[in-house]
Amino acid sequence: MVHLSFWSTNLPKIEQTLGALAIFFAVLGAIFFLAGRVNGRAARPIAGFVFLAPALLLLFAGLVVPAIKTILYSFKDSYGNKYIGLKNYQWLIDNPEFRKVFFNTLLWILITPFATTALGLLLAIMLNRMKRESLPKSLLFMPMAISFVGASIIWQFVYNFAPPTQPQTGLLSALARLLGFTPPNWILIQPLNTFLLMVIFVWVETGFAMVILSAAIKGVPADIMEASALDGATGWKLFRDVTFPMVRSTFIVVLATMVVTSLKLFDIVRTVTGGNFSTSVISNEMYSEIFVRFDNGRGSAMAVVLFVLVLPILVYNIQNLRRERSIA
Amino acid sequence: MSMNKKAFRAVVAAAAISVLATVVATVSPAQAAANACAGVGTYAKQPGKTVEIMNSVTGQENARYQAALIAFQNCTGITINWNGANDFESQLGVRVQGGTAPDIAMIPQPGLLQKMVATGKVVKAPAQTLANVNKYWSAGWKGYGTVNGTFYAAPNSANNKSLVWYSPAQFKKFGYTVPTTWDQLMALSDKMAAKGQIAWCGGLGSGTATGWPGTDWLEEIVLRTQGAQVYADWISHKVKFSDPKIIAAFDKVASFMKNAKYVGDVKAIATTTFQAAGQGIPTSKCMMLQQASFYASQYPANVKVSATGDVWAFYLPGINPAVKTPVEGGGEFFAAFNSSAATQEVQNYLSSPQWAIARIAAAGPSGGWLSANNGVPASAYTNGLDALSAKYLSDKNSTFVFDASDAMPAAVGAGTEWTELTNWFTGKSTADVAAAIDASWPTA
Repeated sequence: MVHLSFWSTNLPKIEQTLGALAIFFAVLGAIFFLAGRVNGRAARPIAGFVFLAPALLLLFAGLVVPAIKTILYSFKDSYGNKYIGLKNYQWLIDNPEFRKVFFNTLLWILITPFATTALGLLLAIMLNRMKRESLPKSLLFMPMAISFVGASIIWQFVYNFAPPTQPQTGLLSALARLLGFTPPNWILIQPLNTFLLMVIFVWVETGFAMVILSAAIKGVPADIMEASALDGATGWKLFRDVTFPMVRSTFIVVLATMVVTSLKLFDIVRTVTGGNFSTSVISNEMYSEIFVRFDNGRGSAMAVVLFVLVLPILVYNIQNLRRERSIA
Repeated sequence: MSMNKKAFRAVVAAAAISVLATVVATVSPAQAAANACAGVGTYAKQPGKTVEIMNSVTGQENARYQAALIAFQNCTGITINWNGANDFESQLGVRVQGGTAPDIAMIPQPGLLQKMVATGKVVKAPAQTLANVNKYWSAGWKGYGTVNGTFYAAPNSANNKSLVWYSPAQFKKFGYTVPTTWDQLMALSDKMAAKGQIAWCGGLGSGTATGWPGTDWLEEIVLRTQGAQVYADWISHKVKFSDPKIIAAFDKVASFMKNAKYVGDVKAIATTTFQAAGQGIPTSKCMMLQQASFYASQYPANVKVSATGDVWAFYLPGINPAVKTPVEGGGEFFAAFNSSAATQEVQNYLSSPQWAIARIAAAGPSGGWLSANNGVPASAYTNGLDALSAKYLSDKNSTFVFDASDAMPAAVGAGTEWTELTNWFTGKSTADVAAAIDASWPTA
């Protein structure tokens, strides 16, 4: 009976899926066939369109439509039924908790990208001078292979707190004891806890920044370095006036990637504190609002705020890319 | 010879069939004769009828339901299609709206029952089911199956949140006895504190749901001090969080769970996960934890969960004598979408003690299924923890309530109540916490 009900409920679904796939390929085949038959002046533009169309369609269905829908939802009530004007945004502005969340998100985008990229650059410069750089580089890059959730669980052990009467298991607490302090409950201390979470991000992402920047530094032509060395540039001066300007564009791309990653960041906060103890960021609140409290309106309004925050960075990044292309 | 034997058999078989046919004909649905089967009860035979029960039970539990239903199907000839769906809640809505509602649905929340009744597709319970529920369940349970004064759905299984986990072995070692009144519970806590022990374990941590154990503690105390009516008004926000009655409940919770004498580091409760909170009980690192019956599954296999073993639970005693046997818990309800004879017969069976006994037997000694039906003898339970919970849940005079935070709007019950109770444990004042939760209550 179990099997019977499985097939009776699922067979139509499978049939529908197969049918839809068949129609999809038939339509695609017909289009390619027709486009292949076109001759003469229209041939090139039509071929271009046919090749672009699937990408455009996917972009439209997967990005443009959801973006517009999210914006529309942000003006609707929690069920997405009724337009309520700017009430969701009003709620965001009036809510002191959300102001804290907004402030935390700003801290994340102001601190983590610079910390990660600067540390990555420093390591790249130092490691490029080493004879056997591959081993330390691999070790530094390794955290990249761990997801943010995995890394957060590992770091939770580091930050773990047990009351003084119980056996201590946290690494940070052990270090504090070694130095003669009584370890506090790390995750509860504000705003230290937000910085402790940022450490996890830096730990994971620095390897990535280092590898890209190291490659960029190696890409600086040797003759330029030699010429500047002959002109008497050394150490900090060589770095400031020659090396850094040469890798500046890479630096900016890495930085922009880090800003976007830290804006979207939610795994670390969700895993370590669940957004409690004043550590929440917009993307975490957005998730809770939509999937835990079932308020599509407020959640969408948060998504729009996030989108607006990301926008200038994207614009800057694209402009930067264009400028470089025009130089090249 | 052998041909003869075969022919003889054929004749016997034909005769048997014709006899059977006449029997079936005489018990035709038109004038279905009463039919008693051992362990099932007396029901009319309705062969060829199928009744679909849609539900959210999957896996091993689903198989246990199917096994428990066999005797009734054999007795009545009704085929029960026990249809367990993972996406039960969304599917039920789709099917009811689409005009293909199941015969019966097993609904796990009173809120969902109210939504279904609001669609106008749920039919009221048959007389026999109503009589069963009047006879076997407390008024609180019947109330959850009732919408706008009409009784629709009989309860199925029940679970119990009103438990305190402790270690029988450690209690024996220190000469403690299980408390049966609130004063005894507090006296015991004092005794433990005097010995330098941590009387109460606690943990609020649960990822994005961090704070939910705190809502349970508050609910238990609201129920125990104020009773079911205030509890219901609290859910509908007629009684606010900042109401003196609720503030008093906050204070009562604070008197043990935020009392450094009993818990040691109060703030650490906010950063301890609920799973880890009770792990110290077997080794007396901390002595007692208020948690639901499911908590037994949080212990590793080497911890013996039994009345004389490493961990066990006792009933969290009442406080206000006017609130008799307060129990907070949950359960499911069978709502029907048509009133055909077969559907009603299944409803009648599912509200009988025989059904509960069959289902308890299907679960075996590992337990995990109990009923608040007081027609079930205590001897039916082979699992001690289920027997303990059933004792209080099936008490006719018990004051039974569902989880309040589940019934509140999600913005509060899965939102600010969690976060603010977590803040409460890290030092935010009771007045500020109550005000913040009240402020977040959605305006219609």
